[in-house]
Amino acid sequence: MEAIIIGVLKSAIRLTTPYLYASIGETIGQLSGVLNLGVDGVMLMGAFSAFFTVLKTGNLGLGLLVAIVVGGIFGLLIAFVNVTLKAQQGISGIGFYIFGLGLSSLLFRTMIGTVQTVSGFSPLSIPLLSNIPIVGEIFFRQNILVYGAFALVPISWFILNKTPLGLSIRAVGQHPEAADSLGVNIVRIRYLTVIFGGMLSGIAGASLSIALLNVFQQNLTNGMGFIAVALVYFGAWRPLSVLSGALLFSTVNAIQIWIQVKGINIPSDFTLMLPYIVTIVVLAAMAKRYVRPPKALNKPFERGE
Amino acid sequence: MMKCKKNIIIIVMISILVFSLGFGANAKAFRVAVIMPSSINDLAFSQSMYDAMVAIQEEMGKEEFQFVYSESMFVVADAAAAIRDYASEGYDLVIAHGSQYGSSLVEIAPDFPNTSFAWGTTVNTFSDQGITNIFAYEARSEEGGYVSGVLAAKLSQTGIIGVIGPIETGDAKLYVEGFKAGVLATKPDAQVNISWIGSFSDVALASEAAQTHINVGADVLTGTAQMVVGAIGVARQRGVLWFGTQADQTSLAPEVVVANQVYDWTVALKPMIQLVREGTRGGSAYVLTLANGGLKIVVNQEALVRKTIQDIIEGKIDIEL
Repeated sequence: MEAIIIGVLKSAIRLTTPYLYASIGETIGQLSGVLNLGVDGVMLMGAFSAFFTVLKTGNLGLGLLVAIVVGGIFGLLIAFVNVTLKAQQGISGIGFYIFGLGLSSLLFRTMIGTVQTVSGFSPLSIPLLSNIPIVGEIFFRQNILVYGAFALVPISWFILNKTPLGLSIRAVGQHPEAADSLGVNIVRIRYLTVIFGGMLSGIAGASLSIALLNVFQQNLTNGMGFIAVALVYFGAWRPLSVLSGALLFSTVNAIQIWIQVKGINIPSDFTLMLPYIVTIVVLAAMAKRYVRPPKALNKPFERGE
Repeated sequence: MMKCKKNIIIIVMISILVFSLGFGANAKAFRVAVIMPSSINDLAFSQSMYDAMVAIQEEMGKEEFQFVYSESMFVVADAAAAIRDYASEGYDLVIAHGSQYGSSLVEIAPDFPNTSFAWGTTVNTFSDQGITNIFAYEARSEEGGYVSGVLAAKLSQTGIIGVIGPIETGDAKLYVEGFKAGVLATKPDAQVNISWIGSFSDVALASEAAQTHINVGADVLTGTAQMVVGAIGVARQRGVLWFGTQADQTSLAPEVVVANQVYDWTVALKPMIQLVREGTRGGSAYVLTLANGGLKIVVNQEALVRKTIQDIIEGKIDIEL
């Protein structure tokens, strides 16, 4: 029983990692008023660039850095289209998704050609903590990108709620006019949050291609970026709730895999639905404490409106 | 000077004539268009068809055989549009490489009576619906699955073997059932755990399924479809043996891939092309088997040797003298 719980929860923690990076990045962007549906495309670009770098140089740190830079460049493009050009955010996001999907596939075809594997980040035991029974095995014998993802939750909470920058971000997303009259540079804040979100999406992709899977294939993320956007709504724009959502979804997913592997007689079509059903049920149960999205979400800022 | 110009004109005209003759010969080439669900380098289903196209072209020559393809056609509606486009462009044979494209073919094929269509994996040519220009092809993947199952049972020390499939249908279902039968025929008390991913492309879930299989004691894994690359990565990392199917997956993890069932679609395509050239547009189904050479087992000796040496060193094998 103990081994089962450890196995399932370890699996859940690993599956949660890419969602966490992407969802926290999206949360910060949305809090400043920018909806980015292109997360999955940026993740794919991050996954490809990290994988390609590691394949050619064997340097994991460099691979991660390249993914961050590529994600940041995509963030910059997305911010330019949404903030400066004031495009309809839902539509432009889908455009960026398809662009990232297509470009990563094209680059993969021309620069790598066939599916290959690399040696990615291996598990890193944290001294002392990894010796705690059960908990140590589950949480403290993971790869470094897993630790980074979980560290991001309190860090982003702190920045958003306890710093002037966080206050500015939230003000820009709630009352851009008021923030503007107080001298907050709305364009700058939105560029900042979207570029940061892009960087985190890049890491989310890298956490798949050079840590969890150590492989790249066309459409490697398989729509994870869209689930990450859904988790932002599930978590009501709060990092801790986003974490709960990601953990819930991933844990149920890990349990359904285990149910199948153990040959428990439930049709696979049903077990595969479980993560989605449970998430929807929880969402419905919590509907009473529904939190409104940032008021300026999806609205370009026009001074004097 | 004038004469020189005249000569040039004559030379130019002759070369135009020669070129047009050359193109005239090209127009007789057999032209094939393929629509594939994933990419041509997926080390699985789509690649097996692409490799077959390349092999036939090498054999017949570029003047005689030309092919084009559309890949990553996950969306059936897009695939249907591509099938219709290729048919209107006058290709001799349009191949819809995926069982999800069947209903589209039924609608499109009657509109292009002079074009041949083929699809798989299935044996249904829709001739019962009065359609005469559709071929079908299938792989008896349970045959290679059985062979791999026998080997897997012999190699497993724990007696627990994990199988990762995409969706419980088509050649994936056949392969998984054949593999299981092979294991149980060899080692009746062995335990074969089967998990379905619900998708052909969810690499992350396939990887976690492999982790879970190993956690419950599996020391040999197999799986089918494009997303298994994630599982092969885990097998390699945790030193568990792997059996591949659809294409040779040895390059992904030469240390642990023991054997692969490889599809050779040329066995189905060559007679199909022959029939089309003779004027028959469809109606027959072709099946790849071990007997007709359409299925091949590619064994990776290196992994086998390494595993046997390791087992002797660790005392897992008693050599009876």
